[in-house]
Amino acid sequence: MLSKRIIPCLDVRNGKLTKGVKFQGNVDIGDPVETARRYYEEGADEIVFYDITASAEERGIFLDVVERVAEAIAIPFSVGGGIASVADMRAVLVAGAEKVSINSAAVKTPELISNGAEAFGSQAIVVGMDVKQVPPTAAIPSGYEIVIHGGRTHMGIDAIAWAKRCEELGAGELCVNSIDADGTKAGYELTLTRTIADGVRIPVIASGGAGSPQHMYEALTQGHASAALIASIVHYGEYTIPVIKEYLAGKGCKVRPVTG
Amino acid sequence: MIAILDYEAGNQTSVRRALEGLGIPAAITRNPEELGAATGVIFPGVGAAGQAMGMLQRTGMDAVLRTLIADGKPLLGVCLGCQIMLERSEENNTPTLGIEKGICRRFDPALKDEEGQPIIIPHMGWNSLQAKQKSTLLEGIHPAAEFYFVHSYYTEPAPELVIATTTHGVEFCSIYGREGFWAVQFHPEKSGAAGLRLLRNFYTYTETR
Repeated sequence: MLSKRIIPCLDVRNGKLTKGVKFQGNVDIGDPVETARRYYEEGADEIVFYDITASAEERGIFLDVVERVAEAIAIPFSVGGGIASVADMRAVLVAGAEKVSINSAAVKTPELISNGAEAFGSQAIVVGMDVKQVPPTAAIPSGYEIVIHGGRTHMGIDAIAWAKRCEELGAGELCVNSIDADGTKAGYELTLTRTIADGVRIPVIASGGAGSPQHMYEALTQGHASAALIASIVHYGEYTIPVIKEYLAGKGCKVRPVTG
Repeated sequence: MIAILDYEAGNQTSVRRALEGLGIPAAITRNPEELGAATGVIFPGVGAAGQAMGMLQRTGMDAVLRTLIADGKPLLGVCLGCQIMLERSEENNTPTLGIEKGICRRFDPALKDEEGQPIIIPHMGWNSLQAKQKSTLLEGIHPAAEFYFVHSYYTEPAPELVIATTTHGVEFCSIYGREGFWAVQFHPEKSGAAGLRLLRNFYTYTETR
């Protein structure tokens, strides 16, 4: 039986691990390669990197980080941020990533999903979706809407319908991020996660709102997610991956043993 | 030195990086002399069986691979490399290399997991092994260790060749072979410490046999 996956998410800017801080912009908090190595050694099952600037000139710096990560860790990792073409996908896959994550570019150009799946296989294509709860309407019957630009732009697309569309187009996995829960540390949006996970046959990664191992347990059981994305709860040492895995295993959730 | 058979398989660079990280000399090559001089050969692979067979035939690597195996060169097939050493794949009913008897089947979408949920296809993620035979490849690896899988088809070789199985709606063969000739369905190059140990076990075998 497949283990539930624990996936730390690292934001990278100018080759540095960074964290958005309210009203202060971004603060550098370390070296992405060394941090990835530490999470790998602690038992992370996969790692996600987001290039949060993705301007043309910084692209090269980021690809260099991807190559160094590929040398440092022997687990799969995915890369997102600023990927808008099959050529962009090829660049990060050649640099050593297993998967690419596309988000707003897929909303604007859904064929990017099918083109990517055709070129590299569905297993390499993760679609990230940012979702906000809205009053249900004819266009958004589930009351969950796809948004971009960190939630500032509403796309008029129902999240459940979009998830199914992504699957049909060949996405191998969906990363479902609740903009409402993101940053609250009050727990994942379980209804959203479960509704999407039950609506598709591909794995769903729960994202946004993790504040404790219990929240992760809820996402992986009640939320029917295959994996849980985490960021600040491990970046600042509040919890470690071994502690999280021990907690989950103790509650009967199948996770990969940290050693062995 | 370990040679990684070059037929432009997507994971060949990851395999080389993993070996280099272990301090094991490795080269990606399609030069028959270099392959012949290596102590062991890794046959990588990801993607579709038909495309991989086409690439092997175009590059002449199918014949080179047969010669290496006939000469008793230690070999490790990985993922698609594991699958296409059998006779046929259900993936577009593709005839494959036929080095061992057996076929490659698609996971039946009607299968259910242990919780009664329909299985996810591809089988992607970390899963454990049930050892059916003692093997040099698994020496020193904890029985509960997990490996990273990404595949929609699984191998069905002769039962006496099955070294380990894994369960994803169905119990399928995840390692087959015999001493010096092995095939693994998962990606040891992406399976953390356990996968690296398996690669080291293969290398040690090639150096000391």
